[in-house]
Amino acid sequence: MSGIDLARFHQTFFDESAEGLDAMEASLLKLTPDSADAETINGIFRAAHSIKGGAATFGFAAVADFTHLLETLLDRLRAGTRAITPVDIDVLLRSVDVLRSLLDFARAGRVDDATLAEGLSAELRALLDGPASAGAEKTAPRADKPAAGWKIHFAPHAGLFASGNDPLRILRELQRLGECRVVATLDTLPALDDLVAETCYLAWDVELRAACDRDDVAEVFAWVEDECALAIEPLTTAGPVPAPPPASVAQAAPPANAGTAAPVRVDSGSIRVATEKIDNLVNLVGELVITQAMLQQLAGSLDPVQHERLFTGLSQLERNTRSIQEAVMATRMLPVDFVFSRFPRMVRDLAGKLGKQVRLVTSGEQTEIDKGVIERISDPLTHLVRNAIDHGIETPEARAEAGKETTGTMRLSASHQGGHIVVEVADDGRGLDRARILAKAAERGLSVSESMTDAEVWQLIFAPGFSTAAALTDVSGRGVGMDVVKKNIEALNGVVEVASETGRGMRVTIRLPLTLAILDGMSVAVGDQVFILPLGAVVESLQPLPEQVKRMAQQGTVVRVRNEYLPLVDLREWFGLPGTKAAPHESIVVIVEAESRKLALQIDDLVGQQQVVIKSLEANYRRVRGVSGATILGDGRVALIVDVSAVVRLFSQPLAA
Amino acid sequence: MSRILAVDDSNSMREMVAFTLRSAGFDVAEAPDGAEALELARKEKFRLVLCDVNMPRMDGISLVKALRELPDYKFTPLLMLTTESGPEKKQEGRAAGATGWLVKPFNPEQLISTINKVIG
Repeated sequence: MSGIDLARFHQTFFDESAEGLDAMEASLLKLTPDSADAETINGIFRAAHSIKGGAATFGFAAVADFTHLLETLLDRLRAGTRAITPVDIDVLLRSVDVLRSLLDFARAGRVDDATLAEGLSAELRALLDGPASAGAEKTAPRADKPAAGWKIHFAPHAGLFASGNDPLRILRELQRLGECRVVATLDTLPALDDLVAETCYLAWDVELRAACDRDDVAEVFAWVEDECALAIEPLTTAGPVPAPPPASVAQAAPPANAGTAAPVRVDSGSIRVATEKIDNLVNLVGELVITQAMLQQLAGSLDPVQHERLFTGLSQLERNTRSIQEAVMATRMLPVDFVFSRFPRMVRDLAGKLGKQVRLVTSGEQTEIDKGVIERISDPLTHLVRNAIDHGIETPEARAEAGKETTGTMRLSASHQGGHIVVEVADDGRGLDRARILAKAAERGLSVSESMTDAEVWQLIFAPGFSTAAALTDVSGRGVGMDVVKKNIEALNGVVEVASETGRGMRVTIRLPLTLAILDGMSVAVGDQVFILPLGAVVESLQPLPEQVKRMAQQGTVVRVRNEYLPLVDLREWFGLPGTKAAPHESIVVIVEAESRKLALQIDDLVGQQQVVIKSLEANYRRVRGVSGATILGDGRVALIVDVSAVVRLFSQPLAA
Repeated sequence: MSRILAVDDSNSMREMVAFTLRSAGFDVAEAPDGAEALELARKEKFRLVLCDVNMPRMDGISLVKALRELPDYKFTPLLMLTTESGPEKKQEGRAAGATGWLVKPFNPEQLISTINKVIG
């Protein structure tokens, strides 16, 4: 059996351990000394127990040793021999962190680092009152010298069969140790009429001629030692000691057809698939969508009456393509809970550190979003939650003074709205301070005025380097923060909005596309080229009057739109396309916005609005400044997707100039 | 030849047990907890059941107890996977009707030799 390499099970072990740790953490966070229900503690214990069992089996000693301590503590809590204290919960939570690190080490194939767990192991031992007595129950090796053999009396109790044990197997087992002379005792055997088939009546005397240890013999009876009368004595009559049998128990040969049975997984309704396989599928479907659009376009020139069947087929192809695209996209979707689940722990730790009382309420955890989006909103969300607890929610005293409940509430919610997902981070803290933001903005040289609307003032917090925190804390911000949040969200073609009410709290709303693979775009034409502008960045489009367009001394051309002067960028010039430059009032201008700045893009024509499949330009060609990707149009042409943020950054000035 | 039922809530352990037994030529069915195992055992007569002790929904001890009450499993070998720290669990298992146990951690060789001991 040495052919089985345990490494093949490592990935499963790591995966399930990670899940177990997440579950442990979630349960621990729910646990308080007053509400320690048995099932929760049991669940935590089981998770630790499984990790320990797996770690020991698969050879991760540091993990197994540490989990053993953890399990001992949990076992006492479970058995009720120890009342749960806040210190216990705290140590257990930190143990989860240590285990994560230990498992990361093991996963990376590095040698288990014992120092990682040292400190916490000591704390656990202290909680357990003195050093853990692991291994103490290991039986001391008995000093019996191998005798010439053993004389065994084995008299099973009448009910032995009921445990599924069979004296015959035990006797066979003995035979593997060496030559046996077996004599059955029939004393208790009743008359045939009185015989009950399920009762064991026989007893045996065995003379085992083998130079084995007493423990080897006792081991054979280990399962039945409580269900029989057993005597094992050294054989006194000297006799020749035969050599040990060729096949000892430990090397018992497996049945002949070993290895022929292919492992078939029969469990559960889900399988794990590598992300790149799914990405590949998404790509291929993207190609399929493009091919389908191309066929559709080609067919446009045909007569629908003459080619009716072709048209029917094409429309069927379109439906099927759309379905398959949706289905494939759905495989990339994960519940937003993947991000939300990290917050209970964070909120608890942060609130504790800041001396605040915060209750976290989440909703819509099951809302599904693209895996890529999930990975990239986790940092911005973390930032928002930190900010809210640090700056938004007041201390219990301040809250009491303001006549509010001493425990603040953080709300995290997710929901689908149309083709978007909306994530909200809300708190019931003190809200944004209009006067302070204005003062700070003025100080930082941003142009502000008292007449700005609240919504405009709140947008100021997204300006680079903006922070109004009276004192910097190590929890959130040194002035970096909200601008990064906004940038990250916009990089996902998302939008951030803020609402706030003084003394009542604030709410940040993030609106995101469902997937990163498809973009809602506006196609615009410049000469014979088509460009895609992300629809989320488009504010409006207009044909300016000659008097709206001005040349400014140092800023080039600007367009005046409702009292705002916006820099005008000619896409033809920007991309160096051939063709004569048209006067702005003879062309169309699209106002786009990114990172709180607006810009006017001059184009020739609006083509239409369409969903496009995003292709990476970097992967297929190289990085081009001002272009975030490309797509293939129905007629097979490549259209570049304009990176509005990049263009805006180069040309614009702050909003409300 | 009838099958062996491997019951463990830990995927990695169950996979290891099932894979090892299949490599040794046994047919194996798997269940992630006692409740599902009992369900399977009612539909099919397994020649041996190998179960973990700590499991959600229905633990190993309760599973053994429930199986022993089924006429088909009156004498079937029921083995438990225990840890070294549980002498009282062994006792409990025996009282419930378990045939024997296999102490964790074990390697594939030990598993096979134990199985052969019971149904070899």
